[in-house]
Amino acid sequence: MVKSGGSKTSRHLGWAWASPGLIFLTLFAAIPVLSMLFMSVLTAGRFGGVTTPINFDNFSRATDPIFVKVIINSLLIASATAILSLLIGFPTALFISRLSRKWQVILIVAIILPYWTNFLVRTYAWLVLLNNEGIINKFLRNIGLIDKPIEMLYTPAAVIVGMTYLYLPLMILPIYAALEKVDKNLTEAAFDLGSSAWKSLRTISIPLAMPGILIGFIFVFVPSLGNFVVPELLGGGKTVMIGNLVRDQFLKARDWPFGATFALILALILVVLISIQSYVSKRVNVNA
Amino acid sequence: MHKRFNLSAVVAVFVIIFLYLPITAVVGLSFNQSSNSLIWKGFSLDWYKTIWSNEPIMSSFQRTIFVAVVTTVLSLIIGTTISIGLNKMKAGGFLRTFSTAPAIVPDLVLAIGLLTTFSVISMSLSLTTVIISHTVFCTAFVVAVVLARIGLIDPSIEEASTDLGASAMKTLFKITIPQLMPSLIAGAVLSFTLSMDEFVIAFFTNGPETPTLPMVIYSMIRFGVTPEINVLGTLLLVISFVGVILAQRIGKVADSI
Amino acid sequence: MATVRKFKFSATVVAAAALLLSACGGSSDSASSASVDTNVDITTQKLVISNWAGYYPEDLAAKVKEAIGVDITITNHANNEEIMGKLTASDDSGIDIAFVSGQYAQALAAGGKIVNFDKAAIPNLANLYPEVADLAYDKGTNYSAPYAWGTTGICYRSDLVDFTPDSWNDLLNPKDSIKGKTTMLATERWLALPAMKLLGYSMNTTNADEIAKAKEQLVKTKPTLLAYDDTAYYTKLVSGEAVLSESWDGWCNYGIAENPAIKFVIPKEGSDLWADTMVILSSSKNKEAAHAFINYILQADVHAWVANNILYKVPNKAATETLDPALATSYPNMGLTPAELLKGEVVLDLGTDSKLYTDLATSVTSS
Repeated sequence: MVKSGGSKTSRHLGWAWASPGLIFLTLFAAIPVLSMLFMSVLTAGRFGGVTTPINFDNFSRATDPIFVKVIINSLLIASATAILSLLIGFPTALFISRLSRKWQVILIVAIILPYWTNFLVRTYAWLVLLNNEGIINKFLRNIGLIDKPIEMLYTPAAVIVGMTYLYLPLMILPIYAALEKVDKNLTEAAFDLGSSAWKSLRTISIPLAMPGILIGFIFVFVPSLGNFVVPELLGGGKTVMIGNLVRDQFLKARDWPFGATFALILALILVVLISIQSYVSKRVNVNA
Repeated sequence: MHKRFNLSAVVAVFVIIFLYLPITAVVGLSFNQSSNSLIWKGFSLDWYKTIWSNEPIMSSFQRTIFVAVVTTVLSLIIGTTISIGLNKMKAGGFLRTFSTAPAIVPDLVLAIGLLTTFSVISMSLSLTTVIISHTVFCTAFVVAVVLARIGLIDPSIEEASTDLGASAMKTLFKITIPQLMPSLIAGAVLSFTLSMDEFVIAFFTNGPETPTLPMVIYSMIRFGVTPEINVLGTLLLVISFVGVILAQRIGKVADSI
Repeated sequence: MATVRKFKFSATVVAAAALLLSACGGSSDSASSASVDTNVDITTQKLVISNWAGYYPEDLAAKVKEAIGVDITITNHANNEEIMGKLTASDDSGIDIAFVSGQYAQALAAGGKIVNFDKAAIPNLANLYPEVADLAYDKGTNYSAPYAWGTTGICYRSDLVDFTPDSWNDLLNPKDSIKGKTTMLATERWLALPAMKLLGYSMNTTNADEIAKAKEQLVKTKPTLLAYDDTAYYTKLVSGEAVLSESWDGWCNYGIAENPAIKFVIPKEGSDLWADTMVILSSSKNKEAAHAFINYILQADVHAWVANNILYKVPNKAATETLDPALATSYPNMGLTPAELLKGEVVLDLGTDSKLYTDLATSVTSS
């Protein structure tokens, strides 16, 4: 690595590159989102919107056991989703990254193609496959393996599988992008030098994939926390996520400040995750 | 050599099956005579005939592709320039978090925030406002995947290029971009896919006269998913397959030149 | 240096955000009155109308153009909550007329988002059942013109259930034979409705004890349910995955259309009376055409055509009298009389107390 810090000119040059984009994000992301988050200390208007006075009641309201339970529950489900995605996404990305550039592109496209069919349609397809009168149960019944349908739908497991399905590319693509830069000669050399497959994985592939893994984990974890369609369709409305709380408070209770409070909680979880991510990936970069 | 990749190959095959299982169901149901997804009433091509005359589906589909393409181009440009800038200035965690955070803000919060913003600056709602909104979160995705790679590019190569008299533009296109290519592909694919499928933000920031396909589908959910939507999914799949094969052929030709 | 810049940068963003927030404040308190200028040529105006998908005849736009000469664009929303969120967050959504349920019209009027009608421009209001003027969400039909109305009951498979359901108890404390095969509506007010009625409370109650008792019952019911569902339950009934569902009357008709063994019953403990209505947005610049559109829909033959098309009852006396009796033979709930419907309790907007029901739904569904 070069000396850290960089020269003054390269810093100025950096600002020149980044400024237009940063201004765009400030106008259309930071200001709108922060103003939404600030609402958490305001009072709900009777018909949506917000009014003064400023108060902090929402934060004590949010500690009600009902909501704490939902938050913990959705953290568990989102973690399970992210871990499952990582377990099947990492080997897939690793496999793809070892292929020739042409096959890399073909497989990446093959993985993304199903996602060009609307997500609601795809989620409905799971309903058709998994329900008690659905294709899988009918098949198993016809071949005599079961006589009562296996209840697969409307459980937290169905939610985890459905969300893994929904967000898997968000895990695979960043890991692939990180892994692909690994000099293939490096791993081959390690292998030729007698290093075991596991050892080369642990000492070379995983550390190099780490920035991608962390990003993929966040990309899957956070929208899973915020998803409310999959819990409704595949979870039968019997599993509730933070996303449901945000949606219900904004649109159903028309209590924007309280919805903003949950959004703020989500944002805080996110900040913690991103801090861990940038800390770890910096260390990885330094070690590499 | 190959032995080492066996496990990952097995998982990759499993993942492909996992991803295509529901799609197979979508394709199958597109031939269902019944309009009810859960009931099979026999094989029929009727829905393939009616879809062309279904104006709301066809026109919203075109709009969706338009929004997704423009969003992808804008997000790639903005996201890549931010990443290059942040990398050059050795930016710390704050600016990195700032630029990636929109990817993971709850969509409803971004949607209502943007709608309020557009209302305050008296910008009337149209596909332009949808494109701006989609570009916001897609840019963040691009920044995230590009930043994960850019830090590892050896800056001495770019410096060498400049020292040898290459213009900044030439260095960008000959050195930087090729090295970023896997991230750019990943970012483009993500942006296009996310924009095409996005519903909540589109609903809030779109004008009433230009619904996108997810909006049309979402409002139809009252009746379950109709076979026409499955037909559209199937056609899209076929078109994309053909597109990929063509692109690959073109790539081959380009390689041989 | 970097820290100072970071601070300045954050401070600017924060200040701008605060400025934006001040714009999100509540608007004026109540509906303003529209006065229709009869000299305006409405054919020069264009209307944008937001309605539920499939809740209007497909060729409605063409018919309107032919009848009153106004170009209309119909856009769709999936539910009340979304269109409310959109109308609340923007000053001009570009929409002239919105179709929303009665209690939402009540909230929009109180928030100053919709206008009081110039009734002289909607003479066909006289076609409505006189009882409509007593509906509590808008007494006197001042700002909302009812489009369809109905009630909530139990939709069931008469061939797969070994008894004839007639009580909310059949849903809330189901017999063993149908456990795991029942569904309830997920929208909070209707999630609460069966328990409120079974316990003899008002469905608009804000009494904490009553809500707590209802919650107790609903938590007990949850493990017996297949799912909470208010979109696809009728397909579940058709496939036999579910055999008994809490259902809006019109949606049960979609099931009946596919399987005549599906039947609808209003439980003996009583139920609700809901109405979907047409409202004119204050931001509309085409109020003359908007009044003409509503007047056109309320015309007897047009409203009857709508009813035939969407299989929902319309609160239009003149229109209902012209309906083919065969319709009520195929879809018995189409034959419910105003008197029968009016036994139901009108769903009201509860303002800030809405959150009592949102919290109730959260605690039940996450239990």
